[in-house]
Amino acid sequence: MNPASASLDLAISCIGVHRYLGTGEARVHVLRGVDFEAERGKVHAIVGPSGCGKSTLLYLLGLLDRADAGEVWINGQSMSQTDDLARTAIRCEHIGFVFQFHFLLPEFTALENVMMPMRKLGRLSPEHMEARAQQLLVDVGMGDKSLRLATQLSGGEQQRVAIARSLANAPAIVLADEPTGNLDQKNSAQVFELLCRLARENGQAVVLVTHNPEIAHRCDAVRPMRDGLFI
Amino acid sequence: MSPNIRIALRFLTAKRRSMIMSLVGIVFGVGFFIVTQAQTSGFEEFFIKTILGTNGAIRIEDSMQDTLRSMSSDGSTFDFAHRDNVRYVEGVAEPAKLAQAVAQFENVTGIAEVVTGVTLVRGSLRNDSARVFGVQIDDILKVSDLSQQIVFGHLNDFRINPTGLLVGRVLANRLGINVGDPITLEAVGQMRHYRVSAIFETGVSDIDRQRIYMHMQECRSLLQKPNGASFLQIAVADRYRATADAAHMQETLHHLVTPWQAREKTWLEVFRALRVSSALTVSTIILISGLGMFNTLAMIVMEKTKEISILRSMGYTRKDIAHIFLWQGAIVLIGGVILGWIFGAAITYGVSRLPIRIRGIFSTDSFVVAWSVWHYLAAATTAGVVVMLASFIPARRAARLEPGDVIRGTSQ
Repeated sequence: MNPASASLDLAISCIGVHRYLGTGEARVHVLRGVDFEAERGKVHAIVGPSGCGKSTLLYLLGLLDRADAGEVWINGQSMSQTDDLARTAIRCEHIGFVFQFHFLLPEFTALENVMMPMRKLGRLSPEHMEARAQQLLVDVGMGDKSLRLATQLSGGEQQRVAIARSLANAPAIVLADEPTGNLDQKNSAQVFELLCRLARENGQAVVLVTHNPEIAHRCDAVRPMRDGLFI
Repeated sequence: MSPNIRIALRFLTAKRRSMIMSLVGIVFGVGFFIVTQAQTSGFEEFFIKTILGTNGAIRIEDSMQDTLRSMSSDGSTFDFAHRDNVRYVEGVAEPAKLAQAVAQFENVTGIAEVVTGVTLVRGSLRNDSARVFGVQIDDILKVSDLSQQIVFGHLNDFRINPTGLLVGRVLANRLGINVGDPITLEAVGQMRHYRVSAIFETGVSDIDRQRIYMHMQECRSLLQKPNGASFLQIAVADRYRATADAAHMQETLHHLVTPWQAREKTWLEVFRALRVSSALTVSTIILISGLGMFNTLAMIVMEKTKEISILRSMGYTRKDIAHIFLWQGAIVLIGGVILGWIFGAAITYGVSRLPIRIRGIFSTDSFVVAWSVWHYLAAATTAGVVVMLASFIPARRAARLEPGDVIRGTSQ
């Protein structure tokens, strides 16, 4: 079944995804035939204990990894036969990532970090890129610190910049791996609120992996996972 | 500015000290490469200028004869040299006609007949053997730098005095003679008196020790060679065409024709070996800088795996990542080469001012350097190959990183 035909609202989906990690005796069957779909404008949480395969699934959905079996669909297009270049182009245009440890480039300012995906996509003029990056930083409450280097920002601030960066190219999908896992309660709440608000305002599908039941509870859909399968 | 260059520039700052060390190495390597090439080429160039200024670009001597035709001759006695299957009859029998034919060659700018022979010279201190060169002064000046080689006396004194001689400086010293002194030459059983008009110095010790120039008619008379010439000395406009021209002349004129490259092959090979050897030696500095560069870039790749992965997740391709690291190498290379060129030019200029007295194969009182853009291009090419090779391996490694593996490893 082509999930695109099932619903035009589906931004991302996968069917029967299997993934093994490691080699030889250390080889582990991490994902055991997972099906998943995420609708535009909604926030989806994947929850479960450590090692259940949440992050592995997220990277497969984000085309950072390849499944050993199964299909991934992005905006109705199958990704199984695409080469690395095509997958990279899709990541650039349609997918934004937020990681647990924010992963800003420390040599660049907050503004430059946010402009980086736009520079790669190359659709806007430098002036428009800068204006959009500044607006995104204002949206995440970092407008006044846009010229600070990443190393001069607190953990919460860096994560907010990372969220702004994930939205830089107005992607259809935002994938967040433990976006609040490294933050205190106050910052966690702020970051989560931000993700939800932006997703709803921009009609983006947000998929986040979290251990935090409070955050998961506030999402539009929650998919608990155990031993490589949704339960 | 492309995003890749922008990122490369910022990544460079992550290992500023190591990168500066690599840069300094390239600057020194390029600079020393240039100065050693400038010196070896300078001396080589000066040697070529000296030999062209003394013996000309091309020499035509000994007519060639078919072996069978010589064998079937009527029995008259010939002096000939036998080389391979060709017979060479010594000297040029019809120098005027031959000169006329040689003048048709486009590259030829001057032709001089020379009659030469061995004499005994009686000086005030001692006697010595010497080789006299009978020349027409105006002709020999067109095919040599004799006018610039006069160190004592005046060429005009020689020109107006039929019994005047131009004596090599070393020979003059050995004989204890000066300008204006009488001198006696003995050859073919006769003894004649001359006067030293001027003393010349070519810098080539063999020439300065045994050569005497005298007027053609006087030389013919002394050596009893009323006809012909020993050889024709030829000057050309483009010296690098001398080999081709000589081959063409030999083919058409049936005389043994020797270009300067064949005549001075031994010394030219020595200079070439020196130039290559010094280039290889100095290239090791660039090589070591390249190794330093490799280490630094490899360290950056190891330290920046997270940043590389995040760039990949944003849509930067493997090629972009490779370019970011190649650009880092290229930026250091460009800076190193430009500074190395300036450094090389500065020391080349400084070296050219250093005094050094050299006599033997040429005469100079300071270091001789050659300014050639090719030295700068060769240094840049050497540095380019080394640095880009050193950057290629880390760049390839960075490009091969799997973002999923890296992020999984740090986030779980």
